[in-house]
Amino acid sequence: MLEVTDLEVRYGAIRAVRGISFSVSSGELVTLLGANGAGKSSTLRCIAGALKSAGGSIRLDGENVTSAKPEIMVRKGVATVPETRDVFPDLTVDENLRLGSYTRRADRSGVNADRERMFELFPRLAERLSQPAGTLSGGEQQMLVIARAMMSRPKVLLLDEPSLGLAPVIVDQIFELIAKLKQTGVTILLVEQNVTEALAVADRAYVMRLGKVAAAGTAAEISAATDIDALYLGG
Amino acid sequence: MTFAIQFLINVLSLGGAYALMALGLVIVYGILRLVNFAYGELIMVTGYTLFLISGSALPWFVMAAAAVAMAVVTGIATDYIAFRPVRAKSVTAVLITSFAFSTLLQNAALLFISPRPRVIPLPEIFSRTVEIGGAITPMRNLLTIAAAVILLALFAFLMRRTVLGIAMRAAATNFTMARMLGVPANLIISSAFAISGFIAGVVGLLWMGRIGTVVPGIGLEPLLVAFIATIIGGMRSLTGAVIGGFVLAFIDTSLNYTLPQELLKFRDAFTFSLVILILLWRPEGLMRGPATGQRT
Ligand SMILES: Nc1ncnc2c1ncn2[C@@H]1O[C@H](COP(=O)(O)OP(=O)(O)O)[C@@H](O)[C@H]1O
Ligand SMILES: [Mg+2]
Repeated sequence: MLEVTDLEVRYGAIRAVRGISFSVSSGELVTLLGANGAGKSSTLRCIAGALKSAGGSIRLDGENVTSAKPEIMVRKGVATVPETRDVFPDLTVDENLRLGSYTRRADRSGVNADRERMFELFPRLAERLSQPAGTLSGGEQQMLVIARAMMSRPKVLLLDEPSLGLAPVIVDQIFELIAKLKQTGVTILLVEQNVTEALAVADRAYVMRLGKVAAAGTAAEISAATDIDALYLGG
Repeated sequence: MTFAIQFLINVLSLGGAYALMALGLVIVYGILRLVNFAYGELIMVTGYTLFLISGSALPWFVMAAAAVAMAVVTGIATDYIAFRPVRAKSVTAVLITSFAFSTLLQNAALLFISPRPRVIPLPEIFSRTVEIGGAITPMRNLLTIAAAVILLALFAFLMRRTVLGIAMRAAATNFTMARMLGVPANLIISSAFAISGFIAGVVGLLWMGRIGTVVPGIGLEPLLVAFIATIIGGMRSLTGAVIGGFVLAFIDTSLNYTLPQELLKFRDAFTFSLVILILLWRPEGLMRGPATGQRT
């Protein structure tokens, strides 16, 4: 489904991602682990089209989508939940969700059905529809951003540290949700620093270090690897 | 009482015009974080279009619509010619290209038409007056108030109720995130320039309606007014731009009534002093804009 080959991302002279390759199959949940600064977010933003790649390729269902514009990537079925959470604070919850379905706004009944599904998954959002998104709590904002991303009915969902900065009880809720989303059949690429929780929901994992893939395997293999801490400390 | 009515109508009509001018400038600024210095020329283009087709037998309303359409086209063209090629490179570059485009349009008018004022056709209603509560008022002041009310309502509807408007508000706070939801950057930017052109066109008709002529430099004062009004109101807020327009009109009108004759020619100096006082009190303008936002 998603195939990244020798991808490179640069910020001027800084080489944030130095030729990484990985793949995510249809329906799979793959997690990208690694310490701060390893290049996880850069990788994700590059796939989403928000950053231009400096080399390598990104393929979606076999089609080369390297350096496509972000608005094109959504149309091709890639939805993004960025690390910075990025609700539109002055827009209401309802308006945020409406923008989530921007690419398929002509499909009124489909959009309405999806909204109902999202309200079942995130009942809190239904209660706060007319509230500006900026007034939601951190956990609610994260749920809104995930629901908003799902409104485009993506084939692939890119999640960048959805648990970042949230209270432990909310973190558990978020991971439960991710597990539920996986059951709906959507392919997920999950960037996390919360190793235990991420490996608990993931099928496979890649560990990034200094812009490269340092280890890869099934979630069980990576969990069992004794050197995971070493990889982190080295990151 | 008569004086109060007169004063109110003057403030509302001047304020309506100023508010629209400011709104047309800030709609583009809000999204691109760039001031379009060729904004005043949209008004100039409206005037010359009206002048050039004045010989035709078309009804005035049709000519006016064509002139406004020309302002919309010029607005969109501003983006393609002055903004798009250099937008990603640097703020300074856009500053210069939009100045250059402004100068280019003015010089074209100087060269191909004339440096002298040209009469634009106006319907008879523009020169009529009515009496309201004893105050003799030009009809065009009432027309300006009506146009401002209608346009502001239309604009509010567009921004609150349509997907395009919601997407534009989203793009104004976080352009990249809006694009990651599938909102096409070019559509949003072109729409902003088109709306800017439409507003400039309509306000241009009313503005030039006061004097009945167009000159190459006609756009300077509206640009300045729009700029000051948006600074008063807060550069990032659409509501602020409208409020700023009315505040500026209130200051100008009050000074017109209170300053002695010999000081009246220094009115702008007094206006600017008051604006500086407002900014000392609230450096970010009266209204805060949307919370976040980086330039794109
Ligand atoms: N906008 C930026 N400009 C310059 N350097 C950046 C920028 N964003 C990230 N970097 C650098 O790129 C590297 C990878 O960052 P990032 O992809 O955010 O890592 P991670 O998400 O794994 O923490 C870091 O060294 C970081 O400092
Ligand atoms: Mg990161």
